[in-house]
Amino acid sequence: MFDEKVIEMLLVGIKDTLYMTLASTLFGYVVGLPLGIVLNVTGKNGLKPNSLIYGIGDFICNIIRSVPFLILLILLIPFTRFVVGQSYGSSATIVPLVICAAPYIARVVEASLNEVDAGVIEAARAMGASNAQIIWKVLLVEARVSLLNGLTITTGILLGYSAMSGTVGGGGLGDIAVRYGYYRWQTGIMVVTVLLLIIIFQIIQHIGAGFTRRIDHRKR
Amino acid sequence: MSEIEIKNLTKQFKVKDSTVTALDHINLSVEKGDIFGIIGMSGAGKSTLVRSINYLEQPSEGQVLIDGVDLADLNDRELRKKRSEIGMIFQGFNLLEQKNVIDNVCFPLEISGKKKKEARERARELLKTVYLEEKEKAYPSQLSGGQKQRVAIARALATNPKILLCDEATSALDPQTTESILQLLKEINEKYGITIVIITHQMSVVTRICKKVAIIENGFLVEEGPVDRVFEAPQSDAAKELILEKKKEYLPVEDLKADRKIRIVFEDNSSYEPVVANLILHFGKPVNILKADTKNIGGRARGEMILGLPDGEEIQDQMITWIRERGLTVTEVDEDV
Repeated sequence: MFDEKVIEMLLVGIKDTLYMTLASTLFGYVVGLPLGIVLNVTGKNGLKPNSLIYGIGDFICNIIRSVPFLILLILLIPFTRFVVGQSYGSSATIVPLVICAAPYIARVVEASLNEVDAGVIEAARAMGASNAQIIWKVLLVEARVSLLNGLTITTGILLGYSAMSGTVGGGGLGDIAVRYGYYRWQTGIMVVTVLLLIIIFQIIQHIGAGFTRRIDHRKR
Repeated sequence: MSEIEIKNLTKQFKVKDSTVTALDHINLSVEKGDIFGIIGMSGAGKSTLVRSINYLEQPSEGQVLIDGVDLADLNDRELRKKRSEIGMIFQGFNLLEQKNVIDNVCFPLEISGKKKKEARERARELLKTVYLEEKEKAYPSQLSGGQKQRVAIARALATNPKILLCDEATSALDPQTTESILQLLKEINEKYGITIVIITHQMSVVTRICKKVAIIENGFLVEEGPVDRVFEAPQSDAAKELILEKKKEYLPVEDLKADRKIRIVFEDNSSYEPVVANLILHFGKPVNILKADTKNIGGRARGEMILGLPDGEEIQDQMITWIRERGLTVTEVDEDV
């Protein structure tokens, strides 16, 4: 059963899975990090409370997050086709993954920044720091451990979601698992893909935790 | 011109449908080079008052003038510049936990756009001033409370401010550490001529280093003056309460309670005459010593004693007159000591 072709297919699957996971995490943060900062800054106890902007951001995040990923995947097909040119394949999967992840990331970032001690922010204000300086030099720096934890968790979740895209021909290990395990009853191949996903997840978690430990100076 | 001038300052907070007045028409001026204490019980409004001095709280009414400049007239950029000329330290230290000691001290310089090398040099110099030059690379989590406050002081001084605001800066510290931090503040005041405003609820902090004191109660300024004057003859109830430090745990046993109690304050010259012994000998009646203490006020020793007088209004009045004739300040005390 595991001839050269299958092994090659699995290797391509790993590559596609990593590509989808990492690219969607990256683009997810490109959208989600600024959105999270905006939510924190305009929130009730933020640097510049603004209930209108916060309300809009809050609403969008909640709406997108309440749509299950599988449905989002299908719902976004026309949009994906518009952006990527086709609605299947790993690059196409990144579009719904990013849209699904961005609000989630925004929430994680908002929560991390909310954890920063209000006293430290006040001290920076007393020194004459501008809001931009407080965001860059205080909030993002003091919250970095929590932010990195969020990144690790998000990457793990996106790994799982990328596997789901197999159902619409997204490519990657999930796609292989669905095609061989579900449609062709080749349980062996499915088990191997699941094992590979577990290993990749462990590696992500391990790297994330290692970095987090190294940059945390709060307790030693 | 006073360094800090507060005119008719009122601050109100909206809590749901009602307004709470945290500060009510406060007038206060702090002269250059002073160590000025603002004391009050918690909730009196003193933290709001100190935050008004650098406009972390904007007053609802009234003015704050620093070197004659009304902070309300400044735009955002100018206000931030002004704030960098006013250092501030806090009860909770508020250091950046993810930065080491030297980077914490460099932080205000980084914000004001100083070159990194210059900032480091200045930071090292300041760490020497606060006796922490060896801890340069340590992180706040590795320091004790007193050391953290020293780092915070160095950080507050980095931009060479003319004013240092201390918001309950010693309230989280034990007595020995408090003493060393106060000593350091005094040194800094003498060395740089920096004006220091100290917010506290501890009278001992005020008597230890302040020259002048203002007492805040329920948002009102109830008393103000030189520390020795206020300590000797407190006028307001709030001042009396704070000076007697009622909450200390040497409450006398029941039968030591007397109908009429007086508080007398000795200055260094009057300490030579055994006043209490002579008083008892003179009147042939015993008095109860309910509390006795000496304090260092502005570098001079002051003794404080609370006496329970014997029954009989006539003899009580005579005793008070007799003590006053010996040049001592007498105040009647109502509360339980």
